[in-house]
Formats: sequence, structure tokens, C-alpha cells
Amino acid sequence: MRPLNLGDFLFLAQSALWTLGLFFVSLAGGSVIGLALALMRTSPWRPLRWFALGYFRVIQGTPVLMQIFLIYFGTALLGFEFGALVSAGLALSVNAGAFLGEIWESSIKSVSKGQVEAARVLGLRYATTQLHIIMPQALRVATPPTVGFLVQLVKGTAMASFVGFVELTRASQMINNATFHPFLIFGGVSLLYFAICWPLSLLSSRLERRLARAYAR
Amino acid sequence: MHAPRARQRGAPMSYEFYFGDIWKARWLLLDGTLTTLRLSALCMVLSLAIAIPAAVSRIAGPGWLRGVIYVYVEYIRNTPFLIQIFLVYFGLGIAGFRMSPNSAALIAMTANGAAYTIEIVRAGIVGVDRGQWEAGRVLGLSPLQLYASIVLPQALKIIFWPLASQFILIMLASSAVSVIATSELSSVTYDISTQTFRAFEAYLVTTGIYFCLSVAFAAVFALIFWLAFARGRPA
Repeated sequence: MRPLNLGDFLFLAQSALWTLGLFFVSLAGGSVIGLALALMRTSPWRPLRWFALGYFRVIQGTPVLMQIFLIYFGTALLGFEFGALVSAGLALSVNAGAFLGEIWESSIKSVSKGQVEAARVLGLRYATTQLHIIMPQALRVATPPTVGFLVQLVKGTAMASFVGFVELTRASQMINNATFHPFLIFGGVSLLYFAICWPLSLLSSRLERRLARAYAR
Repeated sequence: MHAPRARQRGAPMSYEFYFGDIWKARWLLLDGTLTTLRLSALCMVLSLAIAIPAAVSRIAGPGWLRGVIYVYVEYIRNTPFLIQIFLVYFGLGIAGFRMSPNSAALIAMTANGAAYTIEIVRAGIVGVDRGQWEAGRVLGLSPLQLYASIVLPQALKIIFWPLASQFILIMLASSAVSVIATSELSSVTYDISTQTFRAFEAYLVTTGIYFCLSVAFAAVFALIFWLAFARGRPA
């Protein structure tokens, strides 16, 4: 055991950046997958709808930790040498896609059917309809739960520590192993996470209340 | 604990799946599955038992108690479960409360689950129609009677499905307690993967087990809902 020193704090600060990096990578990947799944769920083609539903059920019905391990070991078997950042980012994207996809599916479905029909009558193509008619209206409904999910995603990045990716949680674990001040280290690191997540939680519930008021009118 | 290194390159596409070693470890996997089941079920019962009085206090308790519960719920919901596990296992350990990894896992899971459950139960209580409260008061019920016989039964029906999906999430999240080497499913799988060098196969099988568990829990919750709320009543 050794005492805590300045280097430990610098190490934590650096690994906090890795946590944020992993968060943004997973958010980007999860958004692409989620959008594709939401569009599949609302498409007229039945196999696509079923595929997306199956994806939601399987991913939401299994632990994110298993998804991380399967992608970590699975991509290695396929001959890719991804390392921890890419495998963890990929796994968290796959996971986030299932949750974002379901949120966005219900947002798209909340837009009244008349809007799609009107767009079709006007002769708009699928892409134009989605981009200019459906999405702007769905966005309003989608925002509060999406912001709420960001909190889950920030917390989810901690699971990347299982495959040795040195983000905030793994770094705090390493420092604790060397210095053994669990309350100070894990308590302090938890407050760092709290400082990222709590504002998002507050924003999400404020947006939700505003939306509820708008619909009550 | 963290993962053994992924297989290095070398004839990658010719990998042959081999589940023989996993099959040999089937009784270990069953043990782990039962431990996960037991931990999760205990955590669900304890969480609800803590959450009901806490949610009532959050609404009707004295100001300081409302504040404490609010801070607790927000703290737990906005920090990673993994860090909470470390705080319980290492933090309480150094404070003199030494415990087995399995006990620490149950405490961390319950501390986590209770916070989410408090928030759900609170929303359910708030969601009970105002007329029900007024009717209860007019009938001269004491606050305790009012909660026990009017408000909570209706609130529990409102929150049943959100609560059920939260409980399934708790069961899935319990895989994270393998970080302190417990004896539940994920820890057992880790052991098997390091002993057999068949990590992918081991985690594939365990993922399937978790999926079956979540389907089974959903079925049990549907049965409970039917027994408690829907039986013998017109739809």
C-alpha cells in the first residue's frame, strides 16, 4: 500500500476523458443502430419489423456484460484485433441501439397517421416524408426519454472495465488496489459520475413535465 | 478481476466451436444460475419491503426524512452500479463490516434496487386518484388504514408492470457483482472460461441462460398479476 498522490488524481482525470470518449462513441453507434431499428419497426415490410422486435427482446433480455464479453471474444475469434475500446464501444452501441430504437419507435408511432397519408397524397418520397414530416414531430416526444437514457449510457460505460478498458471505474479500482482508500476513491469517483448524470436526469424530467403540460392543453 | 486476454490472431476463420468443456461444467452453471435466481428474488422482495415505507415517507414524512430519501434515490440512480458494489464490498469492509462476496452482492443489489423501486412506488402513490384519498378520509380512516387498504393496493396495480421490468433489469444487472468474485452465474462463467479457454462458448451459453431467466421472470410476474389483480374480475 502507498499513500494517494497527485499522480492518482491526474490518472483519474485522464480516465474520466476515456469514459466520456467511450460514451460519445457508444452514443454515435447506438444512434445509428437505434434509428435503423426504429425505421424497421415502422416499415410496412413484416420481416423487418420482426427482426427489429427480436433484436429488442434479445438485447434487452440479456445483460450488457454478456454482450461486452461476447463481442470482445467473438471479434477476436473472427480475426479482428479490436482491443478494449472498440469492442466495448461496439457492445455498448449494440446495447444502446436496442433501447434508443424502442424509444424512437414509439416516438415515430406517436405522430398521427394522417401526417403520413397527407405526405403520400402530396407525392413525397419515403425519405422526404421521414426527414421533413415525421422526424421533426417525433423529435419532440423522443427528447425527454432519450436524455433520460443518456444517463443509463454514461453509467453503462463502467461495464467496459470488465474487458480491461481503463476508464474511470477501472482506474479507480486500480488506484484502490494500490492505496486502499475505498471510501475516498469510490466515493469521490461516484460523485464525478453523479456530476455528469444528475444534470441529465434533471433535464430529462423537466422536458418530460413540459411535454406533459403541452399535451394537457 | 477482468477478462483474460482475447485470443490472439492465428488461423482465425478456422475456429471450431467446442461446447464439450462447457457441458462438463453444467452442474457449476446450474449452481450459478440458482444463486443468481436466489440473489435476484431476495433483492426484489427486500427492495419492495424497503421501498413501500420509504416512498410513503418521501411523500408524507417530516422534511428532513424526505430530503434524505430524495438524496439517496438521486445518488443511486445517477452513479454506476459497479461503483456501488465497490463501495459496499471494500468500503463497508474497511469500516469493520466484513462480509462474504455474496452478502455484499445482495446488499449492493438491494441498495440499488430499492432506490429505483422507491421512485416507482412514489409515482404509483401520486397516481392514485384524489377522490380515493378524500373518500378514505371522509370514512374516518386513520392515515395508516388509508394507505394500507385504499392507496397502496391501487398504487401497486398501477406500478405493477414498470416494477416488473425494473426487477428484470435488476436480475440482468446482477451479472456485474461477478467483479467481486461471488458464486452467481457470471462469476461461475468467468471461472469456466479461464479454466477451459473456451470463453466465447461459455459466455454464449450463459447469455442464453440469462435470456431464459428474463423470460421466466416475465412469466412469473404475469402469473402474479393475474392472481393478485385480474382473477375472477371482468376485464
